[in-house]
Amino acid sequence: MIWVDTILQGILLGGLYALFAAGLSLVFGIMRLVNLAHGDLIVLGAYLILLLVTLTGLSPFVAAAVAMPFMFALGYGLQKFMLNRVLGDDILPPLLVTFGLSVVLQNALLEGFSADSQRIQAGSLSTASIEIAGIGLGVMPLLTFGSALVVIIGLNQLFYRTSLGRAFRATSDDPTTASLMGIKPAGIFAKATGIAMIIVTIAALYLGMRSNFDPSIGPARLIYAFEAVIIGGLGSLWGTLAGGVIIGVAQTVGAAINPEWQILAGHVAFLVVLLLRPRGLFPRAVD
Amino acid sequence: MAILALKNVSKSFGALKVTDDVSFEVPEGQALGIIGPNGAGKSTLFNLITGNISADSGTVEFLGRDVTRTLARQRCLAGIGRSFQIPQPFSKLTVYENLLVAATFGRDRSEREVAQTCAVILERTELIAKANQPAGGLSLLERKRLELARAMATHPKLLLLDEIAGGLTDGECQSLIETIKAIHAEGVTIIWIEHVLHALNSVVERLLVLDFGRVIGIGEPAAIMESKEVREIYLGIDI
Repeated sequence: MIWVDTILQGILLGGLYALFAAGLSLVFGIMRLVNLAHGDLIVLGAYLILLLVTLTGLSPFVAAAVAMPFMFALGYGLQKFMLNRVLGDDILPPLLVTFGLSVVLQNALLEGFSADSQRIQAGSLSTASIEIAGIGLGVMPLLTFGSALVVIIGLNQLFYRTSLGRAFRATSDDPTTASLMGIKPAGIFAKATGIAMIIVTIAALYLGMRSNFDPSIGPARLIYAFEAVIIGGLGSLWGTLAGGVIIGVAQTVGAAINPEWQILAGHVAFLVVLLLRPRGLFPRAVD
Repeated sequence: MAILALKNVSKSFGALKVTDDVSFEVPEGQALGIIGPNGAGKSTLFNLITGNISADSGTVEFLGRDVTRTLARQRCLAGIGRSFQIPQPFSKLTVYENLLVAATFGRDRSEREVAQTCAVILERTELIAKANQPAGGLSLLERKRLELARAMATHPKLLLLDEIAGGLTDGECQSLIETIKAIHAEGVTIIWIEHVLHALNSVVERLLVLDFGRVIGIGEPAAIMESKEVREIYLGIDI
């Protein structure tokens, strides 16, 4: 029974990693841009929500909803005025720019909020749990996983059911031809990064409510996100969820064996998948 | 009225002059064929007309407006549609989605209208049975048809066809010609680059010959094919 519990906890934890990864996966899938500042943007989102909660006394969920348009605008602007300028055949310039952005964000957050670790107070919700078939499940992990599902389903609907989604896929396929069809690739990329930042805000909400954070934890979240995206197969959204779940389960199982093994077990699971299926579990061809 | 007019257009890639002082007009509703040896600058000429590359000098006028300095996207919206020599479908999108993308953006049309237009084009280009298949899995003829369909979906006034009959069997070629004839009969102006001369001559009313980036002849197809210069340069026949 304890193992069932451990694995269930791991699956739910995977929801959080999938949320970290979904934005990264979206941006990579559409414009082959690896955003090394993704983790720091999640931390930035968490501070923004914390600020709103502290200043106005809003519930964290409402605060996240308020933060979303700002984060969308930030992503849109970031892409339009900075990242679009470095996108091209060479993958190095975007890596350097987003790496630089990561350093800038960490230091700006350090300057603004100090190195003290913070937490978004969620009140009784953070300890609430429900019992299903004799297994106690935290409400917060359930909410996280549910949100991850909603995000992935929502993104799939957007991709396959709307004209914006078709434009995303067409531009991802061939930006030059897309521009001959009346699409502005630069504008499409900006919208994609804006949407990725809305997902980042959701990830930030759960990150901030479930654990302590400080300006330096971004890169570690980026690693989890990366691992989830790569396990899933680059650019596949359901694969990203599967990747998150695999890392989550590996971590909780590792921790159950020996608490020191939690983080290590996640990385080992990633390496094992990479060794057996170098293109990930669901490569794009199947997506 | 001339729908398209090129005036003294030149373009060089480094020291190589690929388009050399090209001037010609295409009256509205006409079908013009362009022939010339490989490397004569035919596709470059199309790129200059669509705005994929910009001219070093000279002007391109479309519907009486100077479009020389406008972007490919703007020219597409103004009514210049194009098929590529090597089909470039969005391979992960379905055939129908390929058309939807071409028909939707920058245009003030409802989803419903767009869907209807695309369905009609699929019917006419005989792709309706393949509508929901990913474009990456199409045969060559189907890809060529998709190129044509996608160009049609942008609702062009001027349709540029780049070697659309190349590599097809005679039967396939014939069925494609019928489709192109039907489109032309509706009043769409066509400029068609083609090596398959019998295909070209069954549709076009005028022929332009390009060699080393220069226009060396333009006129009635029969007269052009008769001219000694064209036969020497293009067909390589020493008469």
